[in-house]
Formats: sequence, structure tokens, C-alpha cells
Amino acid sequence: MATIVYREEMAQGTIILNEIEAPRISRKAKPGQFVILQADETGERIPLTMADTNPEKGTITIIYMVVGKSTARFKELQVGDTYYALIGPLGAPTHVEKVGKVVCVGGGTGIAVLHPITRALKEAGNEVTTILGSRSYDLLIMEEKMRAASDHFHICTDDGSKGHHGFVTDVLKQVLAQDDIALVVAIGPIPMMKFCSLITKDKGVKTLVSLNPIMVDGTGMCGCCRVTVGGETKFACVDGPEFDAHKVDFDELAKRLASYLEDEKKSMDAHKNCKVQ
Amino acid sequence: MAENKPKKEAVPRAKMPEQDPDVRRRNFIEVPLGLTPEMAMAEAQRCLQCKKPACVDGCPVSVDIPEFIKLIAENNFTGAANKLWERNALPAVCGRVCPQEEQCEGRCIVGKKGQPVAIGYLERFAADYERKNGVGGVPAVEAKTGKKVAVIGSGPSGLTVAGDLLLKGHEVTIFEAFHKPGGVLVYGIPEFRLPKEIVASEVATLEKMGAKIECNTVVGASVTIDELFEEGYDAAYIGVGAGLPRFMNLPGENLIGIYSANEYLTRTNLMKGYLFPQYDTPIARGKNVVVLGAGNVAMDSARTAMRLGAESVKVVYRRSRDEMPAREEELHHAEEEKIEFVLLTNPTQFFGDENGRLTGMECLKMELGEPDSSGRRRPVPLEGSEYRIDCDMVVVSVGSNANPLLTNSTQNLNLNRWGNIIADPATGKTSKRGVWAGGDIVTGAATVILAMGAGRAAANSMHDYLTLGW
Repeated sequence: MATIVYREEMAQGTIILNEIEAPRISRKAKPGQFVILQADETGERIPLTMADTNPEKGTITIIYMVVGKSTARFKELQVGDTYYALIGPLGAPTHVEKVGKVVCVGGGTGIAVLHPITRALKEAGNEVTTILGSRSYDLLIMEEKMRAASDHFHICTDDGSKGHHGFVTDVLKQVLAQDDIALVVAIGPIPMMKFCSLITKDKGVKTLVSLNPIMVDGTGMCGCCRVTVGGETKFACVDGPEFDAHKVDFDELAKRLASYLEDEKKSMDAHKNCKVQ
Repeated sequence: MAENKPKKEAVPRAKMPEQDPDVRRRNFIEVPLGLTPEMAMAEAQRCLQCKKPACVDGCPVSVDIPEFIKLIAENNFTGAANKLWERNALPAVCGRVCPQEEQCEGRCIVGKKGQPVAIGYLERFAADYERKNGVGGVPAVEAKTGKKVAVIGSGPSGLTVAGDLLLKGHEVTIFEAFHKPGGVLVYGIPEFRLPKEIVASEVATLEKMGAKIECNTVVGASVTIDELFEEGYDAAYIGVGAGLPRFMNLPGENLIGIYSANEYLTRTNLMKGYLFPQYDTPIARGKNVVVLGAGNVAMDSARTAMRLGAESVKVVYRRSRDEMPAREEELHHAEEEKIEFVLLTNPTQFFGDENGRLTGMECLKMELGEPDSSGRRRPVPLEGSEYRIDCDMVVVSVGSNANPLLTNSTQNLNLNRWGNIIADPATGKTSKRGVWAGGDIVTGAATVILAMGAGRAAANSMHDYLTLGW
């Protein structure tokens, strides 16, 4: 259990894919659900939404960006290594049904989260337009898998190295202007989700986002992951992680994600020093 | 009851040696240091060895108190530990966290005229002595019955059920959502009140008796109860705790620096945030900390904040000192550690800076009015008494609700209107065939020993079911 069977470095080594042995979770998991991973006994519990599952093989796939000590520690784990703890599937699954034309917008590692949802929406009979964005084309992940799960496919890069030179919101506006869209799913960095949400709110198009607040237990027990949705406090781990984008207080979420910035730096510095020695 | 009359009060009750308050308020080492063998034997001799011991009636798991105390008096500490184990799978835990003053010691005849026998100290002594010096003996297990039991949750009630059913020869697997077993004993109760080494040792004893422990398994998410039955389990016990922290729904409650007690204690105890950065999980070190609520969990939070370096720790409570629900010993320890009780005071809102970090809170003064449904005098706000308390951390410790994660995924399990499982108080039987429940998920937040008592009752009923039928 929890042994890495396949590993891939993406986006110039800044994003890592792990396929992990997890028979029970792979059979249960539905699109939109997450797992919690811990590299070792002293490690943090890190929630990651699954990018894929393979029930026949008994594996799940997670994709994470290396941003701090815990993900740096994850990056050290190679094929054959085992996570100290792997818990899941957690959170409410995405509500998937045929609604007509849908748009899936993804950025950064949010694309990994978006992947099983996009595939499920297409399998449910929706006409799927996918818009992926990254700073530069060499940082874009999962292009082929996402293309395969989509009817229409767009890439946006901040530097113009591929596709539309600009933000995903530009293309989203065009698509919304041309077509009668029933649902938008936007998953990525908070500013991306926030601005997608502002655009769709104007048009009155239902929009889902998947939130990634700091968590500890992931089962509703601690309340660390509380987010304000429609003026009410919700726990992302059990009430989410997906919510109606038009009701989410993104600014509060962004602030709460910065709760431990100083500690995270301290932890990362200690980790680097330890490696140097 | 003539033989139960106190005859003498010659030897005074043993006084538990404790770390000095000024030292201990800054460390995580256990506060009471334990009795020496000499002190324990002297204390044991204070017991009258009543023929009809009232103390046993006061014990939710009916420990044979006079007998284990007699063995201590006879310098047979291993015998005393074994006697405890016959009725209690967690004596080192209970010796520390039971409210003895309301239970065994509250009924002690010696206590009618003087100080009761220190039953809790003696229980702790025997269990600790055996753990440190004993031969590592394991309670004898009866012949295998071939029946398989799933215990869901490894807190005090689940461990009690596991211990009892193992003794009776059943095969037991304990499922725990976290990466370490022990439930609230590990994530909730702090190191300075219950060293985690002790919990690990009590769990290890169960493993030696044959218990299998599956950590990282969230029953209800990773696997359902019906799937466990399909996998061949014959019965299941649900002891998953309350597990959904209550907030006060006040403006500003999501500011950075406001924690639920569950989060604050889990980060500190289970994730060992107090050892950051050796352990990776951070915990904020508040300078001016306010704890809302006045139960045992609130005291644990306040005393933890002090140990994490706070300059001031205030417990803000809307009623008066007399109504504080924490054990007197916990209140006393907190006061000794310079924790301030701000009574008859209720928060109304929280203030933050531009980064969303907590800077203070507004409170209202209260006065006590007529008794409410709980029998306690209802606190009534004093008009216009608003004032500000500056603080950079607030720990909300006002209780828990029932976590729906397991109950929502389980068919035919009847719940009350608060989401707690409905179980027969005498047996722990639920509406679902083959399923028992006990502890906080049934009663709402209560104590370790009450959860253990529920576990004991359920284990007896489960044994009947496994051997005789539903």
C-alpha cells in the first residue's frame, strides 16, 4: 500500500506525477475527490486531489507542484518508495450529469484536478470545451490527456510560447460569447478561479471551482479548511472541495492560505541546510 | 453497612508530587510525577477494604478497586496491574484522566470524614510500575471463537471494546482514520497530561493480545460498514467520537489566528507542532491568547498555549467560576500556571488587520439570571458593556457536533436530530443489525471513562450476539 509504481517529472521538474498503489482507494474514488499524503512520521498531512485512478491496476495518480518542505520531501520519493500515510478518498465527488455544453478551465496543477472531472463530463454526454493556461508552454501539464477528454481544446500562455498569447479568461470570454454554455468548471490558482468566476457571474453561467485550503485531518474534524461560501462557513474537506464559484470568498481563502508563510520558509530553510550538510 | 464505617484517619492522603508551576508552564513534560512505591504502599493501607465497596459502584468499568489496592499494599505491584487489566484495558490512561472525584473516590467511605483514598493515583502507580518494570505479561486470552469484529475508531471506547472482545477469544480489527491509534488520547489530550508513550504502550498490549490495527482508514470513505460485513466481519462497533468542531458564528471567525480546539490540539499533539521544525506541521505561537469555553478541552488548550510561549492566556467564559465544566484539578492546574479566567464575559465579534490576521475581539459582560434548562443560571448580557480584548490567537473550545462522515454512508442506522447515533444505553445496540455504538458519537462530547463504560457494555452485548445471536 502507498508504494510509488510510476513517477514522472513535468514542467521542468517543478511538477511531479506519482502513480501510487492504493487498491481500496482506486476502487472507491470518484472525480473531484482527494487523498491525504504524509511522506514520513514527522511530515505534514498534505491534501491532493486525484488526477486519475486505475481500479484494474489498483492505483491512483497524484500530481503536485514542489512549493515547500513537504512537497520537496515528496519529490525525493522514487519508484518503489512508500508514503508513510495515504488516506482517502475524501471530500464530496463532483456532481456529474449531462447539462449540454460545458467549459473546463485549468491552470497549473489545477489541470490535474480538472482531468478526471473533464473526462467524466464528456463521458456523461456533454460537449466539452477545454481551456488550459500556463505561464509558458514548457510548464503546461497533461496536454494530450486533456485534449483526448475534450471536444474543443485551447491553450493559453502568458508569454505566447503556444496557443493564445494571454490569459484563459480571454478565451473563456470568447467561448461564452459564441456558445450557450450550461456549466463552467474552473480549477487552478486562486486569481484564475476568481477572475473566471467574475466573468461567468456577469453572464449568469453556473460555475464550479475546487478549493485547496490548508487542511489537517481532511475528515471534518478540525475546521482548519473553513471557507466562506454564500456568507456561510463551510469545511472544504467534507462540504467541498468543490463549490459554487459565485458564492466563494476568494480573498479570504487567499489570506488563509498565507497563514503559515513564515513557518513554511523556516521549514524549507532547515530542510535545505540539512541537505547541504 | 456497619463494617463500612471509617475507623481511622491516621495516615493523611498521599500528595501527588508535581512539577513546579513556574517551570512546567513552559514545558510539555507531564505535570504530576507519580507516587513512589513507598508512598503508594502507605496510601494503599488507607483503604478500609469494604466488603460492599461503594467505589466499585462508582466506576463505569467496575474495576475491583479494593483488591488491586490490597495487592499494592502487599508490595505486589504486578499483581495489582493484572487485577486492573481484568476490568480495564487502559489503566495508565484512566489513572490520569478519569474524574475520580465524581466516581470511585466520590463514593469512598474514607472520604466521608476525611480525604478519600487516592484511587486514581494508585491505579496510575500500578500501571506505570508494570509498564516500566514489569515482565511485559499479557492478559490471558480465551480460546478462539472464529468470530471477527470491526472496531471503528481507536479512542477510549474502541480500545475498551477491543480489549474485552480479545479476552473473550474474538478476532478484532481496529480501524483508525489518523496515522496513529489512540483517538482523542493521541490528538486531543496533551502530552503534559497524558504522555503519548503511555497510549502507545496500552495499544501495544492490545496488539500483543492479537488486535489488528488498520490506520489511515476512514470508515465511511475508504470502506463502508456494509463492505466490512461483506469482507467477513460478524459485528461492528462504532466509536468514532464527536468529531465536528462547533464555532460561534461570530463576525470575523475565519481570521487567521482563530482555531478550533480540535485543530489547535491536533496540530500540537498528534502532529507534534510543538517540536516544529523537527516536525513539519506548524502551530502558531500566540502572544496574547484567548480560549473560549471552560471545559477540560479548553483547559488543555489554554495550558498548551502557555507552554508554546504565550505572554498571556485568558479563558473567556460566559458564566461564573462555579459553572465551569472542567474538572477542579484542571482548573486548579491552569490557575497555578498563571492562566487568567475572564468570567461572565461573552465574545461578540473578532477584529483583524488588512492581511486577515486576528488583532482582537469584542466582548460583552454578562450577569447570571434565572436557571436555564441545564439547571445552571442563565447568563444575561449587560447592555452597553462592550469592551475590547487585544489578542493574536483565539482557540474556540465550545464543544463538538456529530461528524456525519460515517453515519451518512451507513444505511439503516438511526440518528437523533443532532446527528448522534441512537443506541440502547444498556447495551449500545443500534438500529442496524450487528452494529453497536458508544462514546461521544452517541452521547455528544463527554469523558474518556464514560466512553469506556459504553464500550464495556457494548462488548458484553456483542459477545452475547457473537455466541448466542441477535
